[in-house]
Amino acid sequence: MTELLDAPRRTDGRTPRPPHGPAGTGGRRPGWSGSSGSALARFGSAALGLLTSPKYGPVTVTAVLFVAVFVVGGIRYRGFFSGQVFLNLFVDNAYLIVLAVGMTFVILTGGIDLSVGAVVALSGMIAASLLQTGWSPAVVIPLILVLTSVLGLLVGLMIHVFKVQPFIATLAAMFLARGLCYVISQSSISIVEPTFVQLAVSRIPLGGGLSVTPSVIIALAVVALAVWVLHATRFGRTVYAIGGGEQSGLLMGLPVARTKVLVYVISGFCSGLAGVLFTFYTLSGYPLTAVGTELDAIAAVVIGGTLLTGGYGFVLGSVLGVLVLGVIQTIITFEGTLSSWWTKIFIGALLLVFIILQKVLTSRRR
Amino acid sequence: MSGLAKVVSHRLFWPIVMLLVLFAINLVAFPGFFTITVRDGQLFGSLIDILRNGAPTLIIAVGMTLVIATRGIDLSVGAVAAISGAVACSIILGSPEPGNLATVAVAVAVALLISLVLGVWNGFLVAVLGIQPIIATLILMTAGRGVAMLITEGQILTVNSPPFKFLGSGFWFGVPVAVVIAAVVFGIAALVTRRTALGMLIESVGINPEASRQAGLRARGLLFAVYTFCALCAAIAGLILTANTAAADANNTGLFIELDAILAVVIGGTSLAGGRYTLFGTLVGALVIQTLVTTVYTVGIPPIATMVFKAAVVTIVCLLQSPTTAASISGFRRRLAARAGKGLAAS
Repeated sequence: MTELLDAPRRTDGRTPRPPHGPAGTGGRRPGWSGSSGSALARFGSAALGLLTSPKYGPVTVTAVLFVAVFVVGGIRYRGFFSGQVFLNLFVDNAYLIVLAVGMTFVILTGGIDLSVGAVVALSGMIAASLLQTGWSPAVVIPLILVLTSVLGLLVGLMIHVFKVQPFIATLAAMFLARGLCYVISQSSISIVEPTFVQLAVSRIPLGGGLSVTPSVIIALAVVALAVWVLHATRFGRTVYAIGGGEQSGLLMGLPVARTKVLVYVISGFCSGLAGVLFTFYTLSGYPLTAVGTELDAIAAVVIGGTLLTGGYGFVLGSVLGVLVLGVIQTIITFEGTLSSWWTKIFIGALLLVFIILQKVLTSRRR
Repeated sequence: MSGLAKVVSHRLFWPIVMLLVLFAINLVAFPGFFTITVRDGQLFGSLIDILRNGAPTLIIAVGMTLVIATRGIDLSVGAVAAISGAVACSIILGSPEPGNLATVAVAVAVALLISLVLGVWNGFLVAVLGIQPIIATLILMTAGRGVAMLITEGQILTVNSPPFKFLGSGFWFGVPVAVVIAAVVFGIAALVTRRTALGMLIESVGINPEASRQAGLRARGLLFAVYTFCALCAAIAGLILTANTAAADANNTGLFIELDAILAVVIGGTSLAGGRYTLFGTLVGALVIQTLVTTVYTVGIPPIATMVFKAAVVTIVCLLQSPTTAASISGFRRRLAARAGKGLAAS
């Protein structure tokens, strides 16, 4: 199966050629590890192999970058190098982690989902308006998750059955969701329902004065589930196989149609859940929240090392991507003198670096 | 029957039907919809409003059509529009005479020049580095708004300059200036790409980049050209939008306009998969979008619901243009014909 996952992909009409190194081991070259016997050299070659493989390279760079930025922040600012600052990255970005998980599934198949930001806003609006009329959270939350999954299903069917490009189909879903937000209400609705407030303010102590919110636990559970699905189930392997080459997947008898539709259902579900987590964070529904969040989610996935053409990538990489975005935001907050728009410029620059890195790494394999 | 089938299967059939349906709804809701009056030598009327408000979208959609024809996409147009508006306004504000025609000319020229640089940047990422267009332009889409805010320093720059305002809300021989500019951009694009071989070359790059390169086409140069042209269109639209409100708002100028422009192109029947394109289709698409917005106003639906209707229109048009629908329609027709044939044979 790994042979299939690592098989060279056809891009833009270029003929596929077999890869240089043994596939699946991170592209390690025989000459490197064989020439010198010392453990140091072997470590060096393994590290080089890790860095230059399209599968592990970008995610390794992201991990190194994250640690480097965190250490630089720790040296520059007093109070930065603490466990709580690190945990707050999760607290502040729990919803984005969930979104990035859903987006990873979609991008692994070579698709894209532009509707996630609008769906986050829509589920916040639904939650706020239903809770206001006295519905129970035990009904509202499942209802939101079902509705957003159905929206994802419709998008998936539009893409698969009617051959509409993912870009356009999810764009239509984005318009629909954003429009429905305004139909529900044009102004902010605050949430005063006790369960939601309780979930928003409660902290789970981790010892040593550190704590996280329940949202973080939910987000991490979603991540764990996604990792299991992608790496231990047939469905997960089909997702990778479709990204590697849809036609080959089809010829192998894999359930391409079902899987392609399902990834959009997963993304819809994740967007709904992210919306619920976001309302825990803000305790309100507002039609204009999360504008452009789809770009953050895509950026996190790309920075996390998932190839936009599909086939390569990890959910944990996307989580790292979210953390990198979060740590940049935190540094800008700590710096104090940098204005908020620098965040956008930094994210743009990071995207550029990672996309070029992906390009270099994948072109080496041809 | 075959004549009708030919008309129905034409790729502009459904978009034009959509436009006519929208016009009909408007006419029912507001009988004076088609009246155009001349007041103080200037044209007024609902149709003129549609043309004027739709001009920025149309201008960007023209550039976008050419980019999409090369199998690309440009998401950065909204950000480029914001940057050009911000540049122009900050130059006008910084000059001692904001009302001077020369000042405005310099501001517009600098804004357009900067957009050319941004277009070349996009072209470089796509043509030289070979990055997927949607991602290459995503970089500028994300960073561009930041750059625009950097130029305006996070403020909304309000300018008081009659020559600049003329670009957005002025009239030229009775016609809104924005419409004249859109017509000129459309005319130039149509002439240059359709009266020369350029359009065919662009299509060939979109259909098969490698084959066209091997046929001796300078695909790289063409890609540079279309992305630069698209950025230039975005900057022109940005100037019109900014001039219309006489204020540069880095956050909101041209927000979502990339989506409207892409929609206009798709509704017009140009496939996102690249290749054949139709500028006339884009014109129809841009008019459909703008007429839809106007219809929502005239019918009395709260304007905030516009996005729901946009979603509906996109979905319907995409489903009608889908190969699956075409196949099932032709299958239905064949069955119908077969049944009719059988009926004839029986009688």
